[in-house]
Order: sequence, then structure tokens, then C-alpha cells
Amino acid sequence: MTLLQVEELDCRYGLLQAVRGVSLQVEHGETVALIGANGAGKTTLLRALAGAHRPHAGRILVDGVDVTHLPAHRRVALGLALVPEGRRLFPGLTVEENLRVAAAGGRRGRWNLDSVLEAFPLLQTRRRMPAANLSGGEQQAVAIGRALMSNPRILLLDEVSLGLAPVVVDAVYRSLSEVISGGSTVLLVEQDLTRALRVAGRVVCMLEGRVVLQGEAASLDRERVVDAYFGMRRPAVGGAPA
Amino acid sequence: MAVAIGLAFVPLVFDPDVVQKLTNLLILVLLAAMWNALAGYGGLLSVGQQAFIGVGAYATVFFASLGITPYLAMVLAMVLAGAVSIPISLFALRLRAAQFAIGMWVIAEVISILVRLDQNLGAGTGISLIEMNQFDPNYRQAYTFWLALAFTALFLSALFFLLRSPMGASLQAIRDDEDAARSLGVRVASRKRLLFVLAGFGCGAAGVLIVANTLFIEPGSVFSVQWTAYMIFMVLVGGLGTFEGPILGAILLFAIQTTFTQGGPWYLVGLGATATLFALALPRGLWGTIEKRVGLRLLPVGYRVESRQLETPAQS
Amino acid sequence: MILVNAVVQGIFLGAFYAVLACGLSIMFGVMRIINLAHGDIAVLGAYIAFVIVERTGVSAFVAFAAALPIMLVLGYVLQLTVLERSLKAGILTPLLATFGLSIVIQNLLLLTFSPDVRSLGGAAGGFTTASWRVTSQLSVSALGVLVLAVAVVVFGLMQLFLSRTRAGWAMRATAEDADAAELVGIDSRSVYARATAIAVAIASLGGLFLAIRSVFDPASGPTQLIFAFEAVVIGGMGSLWGTLVGGIALGLAQTLGAQVNPEFSVLAGHLLFLAVLVVRFGRGRITLRTLRLAR
Repeated sequence: MTLLQVEELDCRYGLLQAVRGVSLQVEHGETVALIGANGAGKTTLLRALAGAHRPHAGRILVDGVDVTHLPAHRRVALGLALVPEGRRLFPGLTVEENLRVAAAGGRRGRWNLDSVLEAFPLLQTRRRMPAANLSGGEQQAVAIGRALMSNPRILLLDEVSLGLAPVVVDAVYRSLSEVISGGSTVLLVEQDLTRALRVAGRVVCMLEGRVVLQGEAASLDRERVVDAYFGMRRPAVGGAPA
Repeated sequence: MAVAIGLAFVPLVFDPDVVQKLTNLLILVLLAAMWNALAGYGGLLSVGQQAFIGVGAYATVFFASLGITPYLAMVLAMVLAGAVSIPISLFALRLRAAQFAIGMWVIAEVISILVRLDQNLGAGTGISLIEMNQFDPNYRQAYTFWLALAFTALFLSALFFLLRSPMGASLQAIRDDEDAARSLGVRVASRKRLLFVLAGFGCGAAGVLIVANTLFIEPGSVFSVQWTAYMIFMVLVGGLGTFEGPILGAILLFAIQTTFTQGGPWYLVGLGATATLFALALPRGLWGTIEKRVGLRLLPVGYRVESRQLETPAQS
Repeated sequence: MILVNAVVQGIFLGAFYAVLACGLSIMFGVMRIINLAHGDIAVLGAYIAFVIVERTGVSAFVAFAAALPIMLVLGYVLQLTVLERSLKAGILTPLLATFGLSIVIQNLLLLTFSPDVRSLGGAAGGFTTASWRVTSQLSVSALGVLVLAVAVVVFGLMQLFLSRTRAGWAMRATAEDADAAELVGIDSRSVYARATAIAVAIASLGGLFLAIRSVFDPASGPTQLIFAFEAVVIGGMGSLWGTLVGGIALGLAQTLGAQVNPEFSVLAGHLLFLAVLVVRFGRGRITLRTLRLAR
């Protein structure tokens, strides 16, 4: 069943076109990785899906409902939650306040303050600390937990590995895999190609605002992905991109 | 310039009453142009320019009381008002938007209180420019009008040439986007100071003219925030950041004032409501909107970039 | 002893200023707007209470309770009509729009009520005149104590609201990052409207106290705005309790200034305000990113 449907989406910043005619679908229970170089339009796309950026043209449908013109906070109520790039926690609020303020949507599900703290045990001792005092990895955990508090049907994650040490990223992804294995539908943006291919069932590659490659992660040739990533035909170099 | 020369003939043609009214118009034009210089070109929203108006007015009375011939006293008073603005600028220009706006208002209040405490300046009841009685009323009105014309022409031309000069491009850059201008190397702070001091001189000149025209001032009226209300209305409705806009706004306010002399609070309600409406809905003001639609520009200041729909190259 | 009296009066006066300033501080903290019509809104509240007292003869406090819902609705409407639009438009627009609004309110009041000064001192029961004799040279007015108590309660309630309730967290979150707040399901528009409604309601409480402790007329607004703003700045913009402290500091400055010369009282307050500005903003630029609303 298609949970998220994007049709010919067009997003602009003034005269600059960031997303051009993007169409994609995410089925219920899928994990889709959105990859691409910096500036390919991935963050803009996610923000448009979440309602933080108004598209110039095109449609976004959640479970068949047209949400294109719905403000962001209403999409959360419908079950669409974004973990934004750069975490964007509320620095003056404690961890607990950050989590609890996101639960107001009224959606029922397995996620509440206790279950989130269970999923991210490192936060348990930090409950009453202002979010600004947390380390990067801890902040990322809070950011993900915050999105989970609204019991979303679709979880959007924008670059959770950004600015974090590999060891920390591993920990984050471990917690994430638990979330994913629980049957959530996830669309995540990931710079690290290896990780993306490992965690996702399907991969969508963007370049300069367009989708240039889509397919099952398992069946995709790595070289093809790298080519699409950089948008050029070149002999296989091997190894992950920088 | 032709307009100015034409206007010079006014006192010779019209009654002193009319001349007095037209002097008021010139005062409004001057005030509008100065407030626009601050807010439109410098991004400085001052709710306290009445400080300089008051200083100009009271300095005139003070210098005249020293025995200096009135019209020379007026010029000196304007200079004093401008001079006072320099030390104030060192402090005020460091403040951010709201602090600057109200900070200037408080400064005006402080000066007002200090004047009120001075018995020699008439304290709270006010003081007259009695030295003007030496002139025949008709001539006095004419001299005052010519002085007003001279001041207005002086400050408008100063602004005009400023905007046309290389400095002018940087001023308009500040108006459009202060941070971007700063990152390009525009010396934003010194440009703002220049505008601030210019406005200090200009508003001081307006204060001088006010006392020359009405012959009596009191702290409550000359230091009143009402002047700021008029300036905001004229500039917002006329066109913030345009050269011609404030002049249009002044003419409009003048027309409204002369038509609605009986209006009292109603017309002030109208002024306030209109100013708010323009701030929200028509930020470019009348002239700015016309200018944009029609491409009309009476006085050539600045450059325009034409936009055309280009195929935007993909972002890298 | 005279000095102690001045200090006590200063604290009471300062508490009044703090109540007046609370709403201004909230609006600035949440929306970064300085509402130049704030003082006039306080005066409007006083007039509404006055009308109720005139028509029904109830005490000023009861009249205020009746006026409160009106002011709350007014705050909502103000936000959704004028302020919301000016928020999107730039830094100068809210100042310009609220300045225009201030002129409109003042003159509408003038048209409705005439320039005569009014007072609600007579409708405040015994509070206006009652006082306690502490020593032979020091008497403490009941009204002063009431205002001080109310000020502490109002600030305290606001603090509790911001730190213990979900709506309060939502308000702090929106103040810190409105965009991210939307992304976690917070309707920022309604948060702003709520903040303005609260601010307007507390402002009208300030107006009530103004009406009881002294007189008011349609043109009283700007003076109240200046005092409120001075209190906010002295106490530190963006800090809720700072506004209470700032208000009291302003009150003290004025009463102590009056000890030197009765005509100096308001001037002393202005000078304190300007001095704080110099000290705080004189050295380079200070970014007000750190918001400490619930500190």
C-alpha cells in the first residue's frame, strides 16, 4: 500500500530551482534511502514533504490524502514527522521537555516518553538537562526520539550522521534499526553511501534536483550508484566516495 | 531647481497667511525627507527626531536672546542641532532596531525635561521669539519663507547629490540589504552616522523654521512624539526609500491638514490607520508602487537592474 | 528614614511598572516584537473597566474581571490581524504598524471619552487610601502591597506556565525556533496568538493599577510604554524575571531621583535606562540569541 506519493514536485528558492519534477513513492513498511551530493535537493525535498517548504508545483499525498497545502503541524497530526537536518532541538528546553512538547498531536502508538527513553538509554540520565548541553550523538537521539513521540506513520530523517563521529553514528543507527524493524515506514537522507545501501530496502538518487536513479538496494550495482551520484560516466574507481 | 526658483516668487504673490501655510508645507517636506534618509536609506527607525526639532527651536530662541540677529541665530541653531547629533550618534547607532527607536524617544524626552527645568527658556509654559517683532509682519513672513525654501533646497540637494555620488550606491545597498552590503565592504557604520547627522541638521532646521513661523514654542508641542507620527505617515504613504516619495507624502499630509482643520482626532485616527495599512500592505508607499509599476522616475537617483527570466543554471 | 520610605515607595512603584512591562516582555520574548501600542492597550483596558464601573457601580476589581475576557479576545484579534502580517515583513514593519495602531487607539479613546482625566481610585474600595503605620516616619500603603503581591503572583504564574505546562513548553519552543516547532506539531500561529492575548490581558491589569493609583486620559499610553520598555531593557531583554527586577529598579530610580528634586524623578529613570543601554550595548554587538524566558 502506498503510504507516501510524490507527484512532479517542484521547489524553488526565489529564482533558484532546488527540486525539479520529482516523483516517487514509498510503500508501507519500506525503508527508502535518499542519496545524492550536497545541493542535490534532498533536504529541500524532505522539508517540502514535512510542510516546512511550500512547493511551487506538484502534489504530495499521504495515504491518498492530498497534503500539499497543509501546514507542517497538521501533517504531524496525520502521521508525518521529520527529524530535521542539524537536529534543531530547542536549546533552552530540557530533554524531557523537548520530547514531551512533541507529543501533543494526540496520535496513539507505541511511542511515549518512557518507550523513547528505553529505546535511547543514554538519554535516561540526561532527562533534565537543557538540550544545548548535550553531545552531538545525544542530541541526535533526542531529535529522533522527538519525532517518534508523535507516533508517525512515516518517519523522515535528514542526515542523522551529520557532524557525528563514526562510533556515535553506529550507535544512532543501532537504535534506528530497532525503530525500522518495528515496521515503521522510513525515508532517510544519508551521505554515507555504504550505510545507506545497508540500511535501506530501496534507494533513490538525486542530482541537481532530479531523480536520476531508483531501485532495490540489493540489486543495484555500486558503480551505477556512484555514477548516478556524481552524474558522470566514468571508469569504475572503486571504494566509497569521499 | 526650477521649482525652487519658481517657489521663490511665492511671498511676492500671496498673502502672508498663505505664505505661512506654505512655509509649513516646506517644513513637512524637510521633515519627511530627513526621516526617509534615516529609515529609508539607513534602516534607522527613529521615534525621537523631535529631539533635534526641539533643540533647533530652543537654540534659536536662546541665540536670539543673546542679541544675535534672528536669522543668523537660526542658522546657528541649526548648526547646534546638528552638532548635538554627533555625540548622540556615537551612542545611539550601536543600538538595535527597537532599542534605537525608543532610545531616541527617551533622549528626546530627556532633552525636553531639561528644557522644562530651565526658567530662562520659559520652562513648561513656553517662550516667544520676541526678537522677531523688529520686522514688519509681511516681510518677516517672506524672510521666513525664503529661509525655509533655502533650508529645504539645501537638504534635498544634499541628499540628492549624496545618492548620486559613489556613496549613494552604498547607501542604497544598505537600504536593500544591510548584511550583504557590509559583507561587500560597505562601511555601513560610517554611512549610517552620516545619515544620522544629516538628519540631525535637517530636523534642527525644521525646528528653527517652526519657531520662526509660529513665533511661540513650548516643550510639550515642539518635543512631541506627534512629529514622529507625521514623519512616519508622510514617508510610509509617500514611499519609503524613494527620493520623491517623502515629498509626495508631505504634500498629501499638508492637503489633509488644511482640509480637515476641524477634524481633530478623527483625522489622526485616519492618519494612524493609513500608516499601519501602508506598513502592512503597501510597504513601498504610493510613489514606490507607482515607480515599480510604471517605471517612472522624476529625479534620477541610483541604478536599476532589469530582471529577465533566465534559464537558471543548476545549483552545484 | 526618609530614604527608607523612598525605597519602599520605589519598590511599590517598580512593581507597578513590572506588571505594565510583563506583557511587553512576553511579546518580545516569543515574537521579537516590541508593541509600540502596548501602553495604549493598557489604557484601553483601564477605560473598559471604567465604563463597567460607571454603568454598574461595581468595584474596580470586579470590573477588571469582566474586562479581562474582552482584552483576551482583543489580543487574539490583534495578533491575527495586524501582528501576524508584520512578523513576516521585516524588522521595521512591526514597529511602524504598532506605532500607527497606537495613534489610532489614542484618538479613538479621545473621541469616545474626551480628554478629561479619569481615575478608578474611588472604586477600589479601601485600597486606595489604606495604609499601615510601621514607624512614625514610615507608612506602607495597602495598594502598594497589593500591586507588589500581584506582580509576584503574575510573574510566578507565568513562570509556572512556561516551565510546567505543555502550552508553555510550546511557547518556549516556538520562541526559540518557530520552524522546528512546526515540525514537531506545534501550531506557531496559535502560540503567537496566545502570547499576545496573555500580554494584552496583563497589560490591561497594568492599566487597572494605573487607574487606581493615579489618573489616566487618552494620551497616557505613550508614557506607560516608555516606562514598560525601560523596565524590560533594564532587567535584560528576553528574561522574564529580569523584567520584574528591571521594573523595581526603575521605580527605585524614580523615587530616589525625586528625593534629590521632585522634578527629577522621571529623568532619573530615563538616565538609568540610557546608562544600561550604554553599558550593555556599548561594547560591540551582542546577539540576543540566548533566550531565557523560563529562567
